[in-house]
Amino acid sequence: MESIEEIMRMDKEKLSASVKTIEEKWKLLPAFLKVKGLVKQHIDSFNYFINVEIKKIMKANEKITSDADPNFYLKYLNIYVGMPDVEEGFNVTKPISPHECRLRDMTYSAPITVDIEYTRGNQRIIRNNLPIGRMPIMLRSSNCVLSGKSPAEMAKLNECPMDPGGYFITRGTEKVILIQEQLSKNRMIVDRDSKGVIECSVTSSTHERKSKTYVTIKHTKYYLKHNIFSENIPVAIAFKAMGIECDQEIVQMIGSEEEVMTSIAPCLEECHRAQVFTQTQALKWIGSKIRQRNQWPSGTKCKIDEARDVLHSVILAHVPVEEWNFKLKAVYLALMIRRVILTQGDKVNVDDRDYYGNKRLELAGQLLSLLFEDLFKKFNSELKKIADQTIPKPRAAQFDILKHMRQDQITNGLIIAISSGNWTIKRFKMERAGVTQVLSRLSYISAIGMMTRVTSQFEKTRKVSGPRSLQPSQWGLLCPSDTPEGEACGLVKNLALMTHITTDMNESPLVRLAFNLGVEDIELLSGEELTSKYVYMVFLNGNILGVIRDYKRLVRTFRMMRRAGYISEFVSIFPNHGHRCVYIASDGGRVCRPYIIVKNGEPLVTTRHIEELTQGFRSFEDFLKEGLVEYLDVNEENDCMVSLYESQINQDTTHLEIEPFTILGVCAGLIPYPHHNQSPRNTYQCAMGKQAMGTIAYNQRNRIDTLMYLLTYPQAPLVKSKVIELINFDKLPAGQNATVAVMSYSGYDIEDALVINKASLDRGFGRCLVYRKHAVTMKRYTNQTFDKVMGPLIDSTTNKPTWKHQLLDVDGICMPGEKVENRQVLVNKHMPTISTPVAGTATQTPAQVNYRETPLTYRGAMPGYVEKVLITSNPDEAFLIKILMRQTRRPEIGDKFSSRHGQKGVCGLIIPQEDMPFTDLGICPDIIMNPHGFPSRMTVGKLIELLGGKAGVLEGKFHYGTAFGGDKVADLSQVLVDHGFNYLGKDYVTSGITGEPLEAYIYFGPVYYQKLKHMVLDKMHARAKGPRAVLTRQPTEGRSRDGGLRLGEMERDCLIGYGASMLLLERLMISSDSFEVDVCSNCGLLGYSGWCQFCKSSKNVSTLKMPYACKLLFQELQSMNIVPRLSLQKYNEV
Amino acid sequence: MDRIEEIRSRVALHEYGIDNVHTTDFPGNYAGYDDSWSQEKFEKNFRIDVKKLDGDELEFDMIGIDAAIANAFRRILLVEVPTMAIEKVFMYNNTSIIQDEVLAHRLGLIPIRADPRLFEYRAEGDMEGTAEDTIEFQLKVKCSRNKEAKEATAPDEMYKDHKVTTKYLKWVPVGNQSEIFTEGDIKPVHDDILIAKLRPGQEMDITMHCVKGIGKDHAKFSPVATASYRLLPEIILTEPIEGERAERLQTLFSPGVIQLENRKGKKRAKVVHARRDMCSREVFRHDDLKECVKLNRVRDHFIFSVESTGILPPDVLVCEAAKVLMAKTKAFLTELQDVEIGGRKDA
Repeated sequence: MESIEEIMRMDKEKLSASVKTIEEKWKLLPAFLKVKGLVKQHIDSFNYFINVEIKKIMKANEKITSDADPNFYLKYLNIYVGMPDVEEGFNVTKPISPHECRLRDMTYSAPITVDIEYTRGNQRIIRNNLPIGRMPIMLRSSNCVLSGKSPAEMAKLNECPMDPGGYFITRGTEKVILIQEQLSKNRMIVDRDSKGVIECSVTSSTHERKSKTYVTIKHTKYYLKHNIFSENIPVAIAFKAMGIECDQEIVQMIGSEEEVMTSIAPCLEECHRAQVFTQTQALKWIGSKIRQRNQWPSGTKCKIDEARDVLHSVILAHVPVEEWNFKLKAVYLALMIRRVILTQGDKVNVDDRDYYGNKRLELAGQLLSLLFEDLFKKFNSELKKIADQTIPKPRAAQFDILKHMRQDQITNGLIIAISSGNWTIKRFKMERAGVTQVLSRLSYISAIGMMTRVTSQFEKTRKVSGPRSLQPSQWGLLCPSDTPEGEACGLVKNLALMTHITTDMNESPLVRLAFNLGVEDIELLSGEELTSKYVYMVFLNGNILGVIRDYKRLVRTFRMMRRAGYISEFVSIFPNHGHRCVYIASDGGRVCRPYIIVKNGEPLVTTRHIEELTQGFRSFEDFLKEGLVEYLDVNEENDCMVSLYESQINQDTTHLEIEPFTILGVCAGLIPYPHHNQSPRNTYQCAMGKQAMGTIAYNQRNRIDTLMYLLTYPQAPLVKSKVIELINFDKLPAGQNATVAVMSYSGYDIEDALVINKASLDRGFGRCLVYRKHAVTMKRYTNQTFDKVMGPLIDSTTNKPTWKHQLLDVDGICMPGEKVENRQVLVNKHMPTISTPVAGTATQTPAQVNYRETPLTYRGAMPGYVEKVLITSNPDEAFLIKILMRQTRRPEIGDKFSSRHGQKGVCGLIIPQEDMPFTDLGICPDIIMNPHGFPSRMTVGKLIELLGGKAGVLEGKFHYGTAFGGDKVADLSQVLVDHGFNYLGKDYVTSGITGEPLEAYIYFGPVYYQKLKHMVLDKMHARAKGPRAVLTRQPTEGRSRDGGLRLGEMERDCLIGYGASMLLLERLMISSDSFEVDVCSNCGLLGYSGWCQFCKSSKNVSTLKMPYACKLLFQELQSMNIVPRLSLQKYNEV
Repeated sequence: MDRIEEIRSRVALHEYGIDNVHTTDFPGNYAGYDDSWSQEKFEKNFRIDVKKLDGDELEFDMIGIDAAIANAFRRILLVEVPTMAIEKVFMYNNTSIIQDEVLAHRLGLIPIRADPRLFEYRAEGDMEGTAEDTIEFQLKVKCSRNKEAKEATAPDEMYKDHKVTTKYLKWVPVGNQSEIFTEGDIKPVHDDILIAKLRPGQEMDITMHCVKGIGKDHAKFSPVATASYRLLPEIILTEPIEGERAERLQTLFSPGVIQLENRKGKKRAKVVHARRDMCSREVFRHDDLKECVKLNRVRDHFIFSVESTGILPPDVLVCEAAKVLMAKTKAFLTELQDVEIGGRKDA
């Protein structure tokens, strides 16, 4: 009402005037990334876990008692996670840096200490800071040594300031706990099952239990379905069991509309027929339907109690039942039934499982807290078991539980889970594999790309399109381009730039606020008022709170309080008019992103604010605190009107987008002009950007990774985007600006092959370094023997080391800087021949230990150089020798290159500079690309990138190709014209071979090219003769084993079809596993040396050739009591 | 100019393509033209005008010659005129951040001022080298902290010898080279090329052998930064262009190409310096003007531009290129003489 008055009062001119654009409001984005960062969600979640959640877990499991001694107890008072350190023998610890962990194959972890109070005999003892295990620490979290460090301090710790953090280091490998996507817990979902029957399901999740409850329809009657029941429970009986005995009450709860009442009537009838009228009867009925579990003997309890227990803590477990008052649960169940009825009557649509508001993202913190709670419970139950066992036994010393607290259980549980990725949580019966992955350090982009990755729990093999397709509700939260191709397509997603994931929050202030704002408590209301058409039901995190008459006021006030900072900025509130409900959410795992608030058609953020931001007077948090910007989650977005640009704001607009390009993720942000490309091309580039070589981090030369690809001369791209600057890709680039001529040349450029200028390669284009790690450990064995490294073997005649040991130093380890050829020794390690203790001489050192050579040798077609040698010890006190080998490679024919537009191609030909076409200025291209790559791919962005690059080169500045913006083609072309070049970017070019001009103008200019990790040197393979498999005597398989190239079934079919039988024989037998066997033509069995053992004669034995595999088959069949007999005939007597 | 003459002598630039790119004046190709080759005719038509010789840059016109020959000059300049460049690097110590191979590659690309004509090619497989075919350089640097500047934060002040540039390369005479050359004769062309950056404690101890080589083998032996040519542009206004159109036309070409002259109070466009045009073909974007302008290039007028790396002056390079070409033709002629045609030896 008042808004209309306002409009009346407003000046007409003011109304028609367009909203002023806010200058450079994208600057909010760097401000956002400064406080939130790209991997802030991981770090926030982990911080929440080690600072808050772990204390809650401790509180929930704080007391251990013993059945043996009623006086015994152990109580946890507090729990802390310390700073990462390492134990250097005998209780001496020192702080450790992440890089040291990487190099020494250690785990970056911190002690978990507890304060406890317990009894020893009759004494009550308090002990503080008692370690119970070690917690792997996430890099850059609050307990990491890197938190709050300046770049200079990071450099001292050998850490790259650009590194995002958010991962763990376990046993020297960097592990990421991927973000897991799942259906949200504790929410009703109405859907059709496989038969098309409507059902309402709720997955309840509490600390104790996870269970799924359904309400389904069968023969027009409604049933409660749960795994614990052997059959479905009629809802009326369930209600009665919950203490709602009166039929009228049941109907009122579900709804007293005509339609609802008619639907529910058969259920009541069924209940009557079952002779269930009272709560006791109902409980008895339900009790008889409970599925018996073997490990849980029910003899101790009567059926009624059991049924009541099940209703209390299994069915709809998340709905609280206090003092056996089932009212709340009954209301919840009634609502589920009501939803089903309304959906049946087409009053409400079924819910969409793929809708992103119904999804929650589980992060490292949540997953670790589940795991930790499980381990902590196990730890406690083990303590209890020990107490139960040892207390009754008479002993000299008093029972001291402290002595039985073992640290390794929690430590190993956490480390094994993180390093293997197998998440096993007993109480939820959860068993998930592949939760963690090794952080890909192929390039800087692949590392950050991995930190924003979201995986779904869906099976990859299922052929459903729903979960894979791009949902409109993912707008702005997940990158529409960045997903893999193939089986994981659409199931693995990536977060967009501005996405934030919430953590759990305290509910109680929200409950109080809601009641203060006029929400009527459900406990005080009868059924009729709940379903009244004048009220909206209010939910908080999936639980019914009460009803409200003026829901608009509630929503408005809630939002006002949020903007004013009285409640957390991540609380969301939104009405659902179909459900006639108001949902308040404060749970963790919701995805949200910030928007500028618009009031009365005016965005609250003004140019002045942005100026203050750039001057540093303001931070992103100030915008939040002053209520200029707020976070919206997917559900609340539905209740808002968001306009993309200022010009689109009208009277209904509630929010303004901060910047359109933030709908893209990190990988897609690198692409210049992605909005001009065909969409799959951007997806391809997102996958390829992760394989591009370049710089991986500032500490790359200090790292010893198993495989590392670097570019010798990386360049920042000439055509940048704002995202490139935000994520510092220009400081850690992966590619080079190549001058490209789009023309055909020589025919070696078909199928996307590239023709490359030899002089460019001579000058360093595409040159790369490949680093590879070789490692050995020096072990100690149980019989007091240990591995040794011996000096080089000296040739007696020349008095010089043998060729194999040429590069060994006197200590037996190769010297840095030496050139290593195939089969030369890197570490001359020797192992004792007997390493297990011989019985009898168990403890004594064997007088004479014999050693056997087990050297670490270099294997590779191309020689390499020793970059560095690291000698250190790992936590098991074993010596660790790591050798970093280096190769410098110059591009060759077959190496793979790609631009930033999903246009990959291999080098097809390298031609000398003088044969290259040249322009009037004498410029010749580095790369010639065939124009046939463009029409079908429609990568217009690449064409514009070339223009932008050319203009940038001429002006001496970088141009922008930011998504949905960037420098305009007309402007770029004008720059070209101003410098005397053609408007279209096409140059007059002379052929380098004939010296005459080409008949066409050539599109010519710089494009950023990436060298991908796939190189022929690592793939080329051929074999004439070589090793054979032991069992079948056939050539081995695979490049790594120097295997043969298989002539497969299809190839065989071709030869049969062609009739080349002798060729077949040659390929399949003679050149493979030809074998001479003696066959007895009398019995048809195999003999040997001209003798048939079966016939005891050599009369009919003849020799013939057959594949060894065939002979093997016969013998294997014989071993199974099947007799294959060969009947022989002379080939010329058919 | 009549149609045939234009086809014979001009390359025509159109909006979407180029016409008459190929040489067609072969003997007998055009009726009424005598295209047979004669020495006098060639000597009469052929001309070389040096337009600019300025340090390392040379611009000259080569007129009256076929594209194939002009291109041969360009190709020889690029890859067949020999120079001296670092080929073998002996690393005694290198504790810098730069890998040995990368450092060797960087050293190889440094242009060395030494007259290649005074040296021989090194025999294949020869590792030692002699005074006739090898120049030796030494690079011995160790970075240290500057003790005086304690407060400094800039690397230039904090460290001594932290930037290894070509100025640190020291020539080591081999054999009797010190008698033939003086100190300044043999050195890198530029003494400010950054080779590597060091930090205190890091050092390099390297000797290098420079050998004679050609650009075909590796681009580091190329004596030119680039050598290329373009054809002389020709702009023909097919009808008088006056007033606003003339002013607009002037902006569509490179500065100085079109002049406006006053004729009866009206400005009229006149082509004065077609040579300066960069052939951006901007005029084709104006529908009213593109019909009145014809863009051509003279087929046998090559504007060469040779940009030396500084090892040899560009004019010397062109002469050397001519010598290489002559040597090649001579070699070809001797080859021809030995060739048997149709099974019998031609006398």
